Amino acid sequence: MVHSKTGALAVVAALLISTSAMAQDQRVLKYNADYDPIPLAAMEALIADFEAANPDIDVQLNNFDHEGYKTAIRNFLSADSPDLANWYAGNRMAPFVKAGQFMDVSDVWEANGLSDSLASAKASMTIDGKQWGVPYTYYQWGIYYNRDAYKAAGVELPGPEGVNWDQFIQNCEKFKAAGIDCLTTGSKALWPVAGIFDYLSLRTNGYEWHMDLTAGKVEWTDPKVRDVFTQFARLQPYVTANHAAIDWQDAAALMVQGKAANYVMGNFAVGVFREGGMTNDTLGFMVFPEITPGIPRAEDAPTDTIHIPTGAQNVEDAKKFLAFVASPEAQTKWNAAVGQLPTNKNSTVPQDDPFLVAGFEMLSTAHALAQFFDRDAPAEMAKAGMEGFQQFLVQPDQLDNILARLEQVRQQVYK
Amino acid sequence: MTSMSRVLNKPVGRALFSLLSIGLLVWIAHWFLGPAVARSVAIGGVSGAILVYGSSVLSAALRRIGNQPGHALYPAVSAINRYWKANQRRLAPWLFLAPGCLMFAVYVIIPIFQSIWISFYDWDGLGEAQWIGTANYAEMASDPNMVTSFRNNILWLVLYMLALPAGLLIAIFLNQTIRGIRLYKSLFFFPFVISQVVVGLIFSWFYAPGFGLLYKVIEGITGQGIAILADPDLVTYGIIAAGLWPQIAYVMILYLTGLNNVAPDQVEAARLDGAKGWRMLWYVILPQLRPATFIAVVVTVIGALRSFDLVSIMTSGGPFGSSRVLSYYMYEQALSEYGYRMGYGAAIAVVLFAIMMVFISGFIWKMWRDETER
Repeated sequence: MVHSKTGALAVVAALLISTSAMAQDQRVLKYNADYDPIPLAAMEALIADFEAANPDIDVQLNNFDHEGYKTAIRNFLSADSPDLANWYAGNRMAPFVKAGQFMDVSDVWEANGLSDSLASAKASMTIDGKQWGVPYTYYQWGIYYNRDAYKAAGVELPGPEGVNWDQFIQNCEKFKAAGIDCLTTGSKALWPVAGIFDYLSLRTNGYEWHMDLTAGKVEWTDPKVRDVFTQFARLQPYVTANHAAIDWQDAAALMVQGKAANYVMGNFAVGVFREGGMTNDTLGFMVFPEITPGIPRAEDAPTDTIHIPTGAQNVEDAKKFLAFVASPEAQTKWNAAVGQLPTNKNSTVPQDDPFLVAGFEMLSTAHALAQFFDRDAPAEMAKAGMEGFQQFLVQPDQLDNILARLEQVRQQVYK
Repeated sequence: MTSMSRVLNKPVGRALFSLLSIGLLVWIAHWFLGPAVARSVAIGGVSGAILVYGSSVLSAALRRIGNQPGHALYPAVSAINRYWKANQRRLAPWLFLAPGCLMFAVYVIIPIFQSIWISFYDWDGLGEAQWIGTANYAEMASDPNMVTSFRNNILWLVLYMLALPAGLLIAIFLNQTIRGIRLYKSLFFFPFVISQVVVGLIFSWFYAPGFGLLYKVIEGITGQGIAILADPDLVTYGIIAAGLWPQIAYVMILYLTGLNNVAPDQVEAARLDGAKGWRMLWYVILPQLRPATFIAVVVTVIGALRSFDLVSIMTSGGPFGSSRVLSYYMYEQALSEYGYRMGYGAAIAVVLFAIMMVFISGFIWKMWRDETER
């Protein structure tokens, strides 16, 4: 009896000692993220670099399923807060900033000169004049096309300057005659149609107007909104007919097979096109054509970000990590591995990937960058808007009803 | 006796042993699941141990003192013992029900009232909730999405009832003794066994434009395929058809067991009286299947009203919200990627709850009447 008692005490004591010993060795930095496999491997490599440079910090990466993360973040920010969390720039972070759940990290920007090196992404990280996180990557949107489909329909390939809008629509007629979808999309998950709308809006009325629209300052029944939909209506007959039933990957398959010619998409789709067998010889990329002459060219470039939750335990090391992720070396390494664009202007992109080179060139010369409709507009407006765009593509005659409903939602959302 | 059982036979040994195992669990939880989980494991473990250990100590003490008339606490203890003996049969069921009732209250009853409470607020789930009275309900009245969801729910409710005649038909067809009938029965029952998610995926492929079987067949006949899940007028019917597939199998099983209990002498008597075909079914078989029909109606109505998984898997409510049902709209508003309106979502939940309550209280009332009549 006595022996077993002392034995038990010894075990308990040993447990306590070992726990506290491990905790004293290194400071833990908990990081919740939502990476797919390739970005995850790239981030793990970055973390290894960071830990090598800071041997006293142990970064514990807790990776979530990408879709599940979007709901999980609302729970863990208040219930069991990590020290770092992935999220998105623009209006997407506004609910968390307004609820006081993301920490103001303007001092990290100040101390590391990020206002200069991350200038292109600064506006989308700023709310109330403060910065609430650090961007580590973005990617361009534009038109990807199948050169073989152009040849099959006897359409002249777009030059390095792309084509103009009237030419694009004329090409669409030729594609239709050849039985090829001029523009494909898969709108089952809604967001792909928002890419088309964004570009039509940015090209018809310009960046500032588009931002006013997504910020709720423009009525959806405004004549300028109708101007955008007038251009949308010109495109509508040439879009893949059953887009509402398919996912964006299914539409990518249509383009790979040559059943569709053009696709308004983000650069992440290049991986899918290549898996389908397209090469740099068959896959082309062009900037979305100019519609209203003379409007400064703005682009969609959704930015991914890292934030420090207000409930973080280890703020000091978290800020150290943010500064590290913002550095040109870290961004060059991560983005080269993933095939996206670094937000730090002192980073480099791999020169052997024509799409990354084109994207980097396109974004660095752009007048301004939008975040994408579902990040620029508040969640409920984005949802209603994307449903409206999808409906317009299926039932263009319902435009009046669609705009009236969006205006009703606008008045509800931006109170 | 081994040394282990020697330790466990002493109260101190038991206490130490349980403390040690709780410590070990907490330690494992700490390393694998984090300190927050470890904290709850510790609280749960310690309170559980105190409850179990304490109640055994208490009952032993009660028994001991009950046998010592001289003890200071004897009058009180014997009063408790007398009360227990007199009322044991009345109290025991409640004691056994208590854990279940507690769980039911915590996870079902209280959340219902919380939902109703939240439905009077404007709340994004993160910041301050703001009391807005019945504004959520007022908004619902003019919300076109609400009208669509409601109409679709009614469509579901009506068309889902087709599962009853279809299930009965298959059950009667299968209710014969031929070689291999068990195999046929299990094949017909198969759709109910597979998950709703799989059913949704199978039907999505069945309808898929370009390569779906149904799409190809329609294309072969008319020359122009129909993408059912992209068509705002057809999409709900397409999803209901997918839902009917497992539901018919379920109803079929209910009727098959019911048919086993049909009295053969009554069928014989009816046959002697010249009853055949429809008249036999309507006047002799069906009345005997009433309990099975009742259960089938209950599960079908509830299945129709809580349809969510198929909508979510097959269309996510699309195209442009034409296949939404109330439960999916509630999820979209409160919990989905674009939903930050807990109050409005809760209000939809309350409406759905009210609709369900109409049916559920009807069922309960009927069961109550049946039981008290007998």
